[in-house]
Amino acid sequence: MSPPSASLSFFRSRHLEFATVAVCLVLLTVIFPLLNARGLLSDYTITLWGEYLCYALLALSVDLLWGYTGLLSLGQALFFSLGGYMFGMYLMLQIGMLGSYAKAGQNPAGLPDFMVFLGHTFLPPFWRPFQSFGFAVAMVFLLPGFLALVFGFLAFRSRIKGVYFSILTQALTYGAALMFFRNDFTMGGNNGFTDFKFILGHSLVDKGVGSATMRGLFIASALVLLLVSLGCYWLNGTKFGLVRQAIRDGENRVLFSGYATAHYKLFVFVVAAMIAGVGGALFVPQAGIINPDQMTPAKSIEAVVWVAVGGRGTLIGPIIGAISINALRSWATQAYPDSWLIILGIIFLVVVLFLPGGIVSLPAKIMAWRSRRQPPAPPLEAAKPVPDRP
Amino acid sequence: MSHPLLTVEDVSKTYDGFKAITDLTFYLFPGELRTVIGPNGAGKSTFFDLITGRARPDKGKIEFGINPVNRDLTHLNEYEINRLGIGRKFQTPSVYVEHTVWDNLVLSLKGPRGVFASLFKRLSSTERDRIADLLKLVRLDGKRDWKAGLLAHGEKQWLEIGMLLAQEPQVLLVDEPAAGMSDEETHRTGELLISLAGKHSIIVIEHDMTFVKQIARDNPVTVLHQGHVLCEGKFEEVQANPKVREVYLGRGKHGTR
Repeated sequence: MSPPSASLSFFRSRHLEFATVAVCLVLLTVIFPLLNARGLLSDYTITLWGEYLCYALLALSVDLLWGYTGLLSLGQALFFSLGGYMFGMYLMLQIGMLGSYAKAGQNPAGLPDFMVFLGHTFLPPFWRPFQSFGFAVAMVFLLPGFLALVFGFLAFRSRIKGVYFSILTQALTYGAALMFFRNDFTMGGNNGFTDFKFILGHSLVDKGVGSATMRGLFIASALVLLLVSLGCYWLNGTKFGLVRQAIRDGENRVLFSGYATAHYKLFVFVVAAMIAGVGGALFVPQAGIINPDQMTPAKSIEAVVWVAVGGRGTLIGPIIGAISINALRSWATQAYPDSWLIILGIIFLVVVLFLPGGIVSLPAKIMAWRSRRQPPAPPLEAAKPVPDRP
Repeated sequence: MSHPLLTVEDVSKTYDGFKAITDLTFYLFPGELRTVIGPNGAGKSTFFDLITGRARPDKGKIEFGINPVNRDLTHLNEYEINRLGIGRKFQTPSVYVEHTVWDNLVLSLKGPRGVFASLFKRLSSTERDRIADLLKLVRLDGKRDWKAGLLAHGEKQWLEIGMLLAQEPQVLLVDEPAAGMSDEETHRTGELLISLAGKHSIIVIEHDMTFVKQIARDNPVTVLHQGHVLCEGKFEEVQANPKVREVYLGRGKHGTR
């Protein structure tokens, strides 16, 4: 007896799905920088696509939690921003004497401009280690991971689930945003960090040299996304992946089968926070800015929309969702600047109502629809009704 | 008689003023197949909740094991109790609907349950054989690659029994295994449970009197009523007990659902 097909994804096997992701990312890594170096692709476009790839990392972290483990986190943008801030601190300290105040001779210590503006005369102690690239990169993982560990430990130990978990994560990111908005937190207040000049000695601004740096950042983003995809693909094939999905579909059964589900959820939550953090760290030098607006709950919810539109519980779905929605946004905010949020809302509604599996389920839906219209056709596997994910 | 494997003494549990369990005392002996019956609201499911750590008793003693290594269950949580060797089958079949039948059993197979153990877990050939045997036992070997959500209701019940057996527990707590099964499936379920007794110690909660009669045979039946034990004895004795007839059996051939 052959098993009825119930896959939501376009791909028959997860191996094929990963292969597709890998091939696309490798092609992107090669083609885009080549085109850019030959002047066939603008610096603006390659930077924009670099940002999309960082958003795809954020989307993967949402999917890891929501799609695979059933934990709807509405605070993933917090971890993204924290990663961004950690790396932003390093970038701020690389500006040195090139800042506006220093140029005017008012900043002998070479502090970040916002500190001079606030009247600081020396670097706050917790900023000092961020002179080191290695330390900043370590913090990109450690800070989001640590926060997720503490928050997750408390939440999962108290068995906070479902909508309560979502609300708490939202409160967490909102609280953090309020804290980062404060000037006396010495993280740049509502302006955040911007005006970056150098990364590892490479210019981020000069024409020519700067675009080479941007190409490098684009390649790094694509490779990190490839690596994270590989990690997700590997995880899906392990027993851990089975347990995680079982928690999503029936946590009680898992608990009564001897698994400490809280430990599993905590592990996923911490890993997802780190993935989001890396995404944020790569995002900041490409976008050229990080501020507390990135932490507001709306940003996290947007990431959830990308995943829903792309197709949750799949590897390729969140990547497609993040890139397509953000590409659409780039276009719509120029063509119809006032209507972007309405467009996004409509897309979300349409997906929720008519395409619960997201874009990746579209081919299967079309095939099912076709074979319904042609009854004499031999019974395809795809012709079986596709049960909706709970 | 030998020392009980499961000891429940003077246990009470109240939910918002409702006395679900009152001064319940119950012993399960190694290898026993015990059937628990009782009308709706008699506290049967709460009884299982208390043993498996889902609920904590307000008072009383719940212990597991052979003297002198009795383990107090009242302070352990669900997964710790399961790891001691108490497996539970729920009333409504709870299988992992998005996983294949095979994977459902992989997840249930006895073995380390930790996060890192599961990251690097590889199935040994012995384990594969064990799963294959279990699939045959629950008659699902033809559907090992099916998603469990696509199975018929009775097949899900069987799969969950298979999952329970995969854990190799000492004690099996089985809540209404025959619910939603055809007469033939019910009978087969009964035979399976009878064959497991001896190797495992089993408590079955059931409503279906034909089924109870089938599995009880000479084994004791416990009647719960309003949270405590109304009477205990062989099926015929219980059936003849006027008190039992009054609260339960008199309500119809198959009791109430």
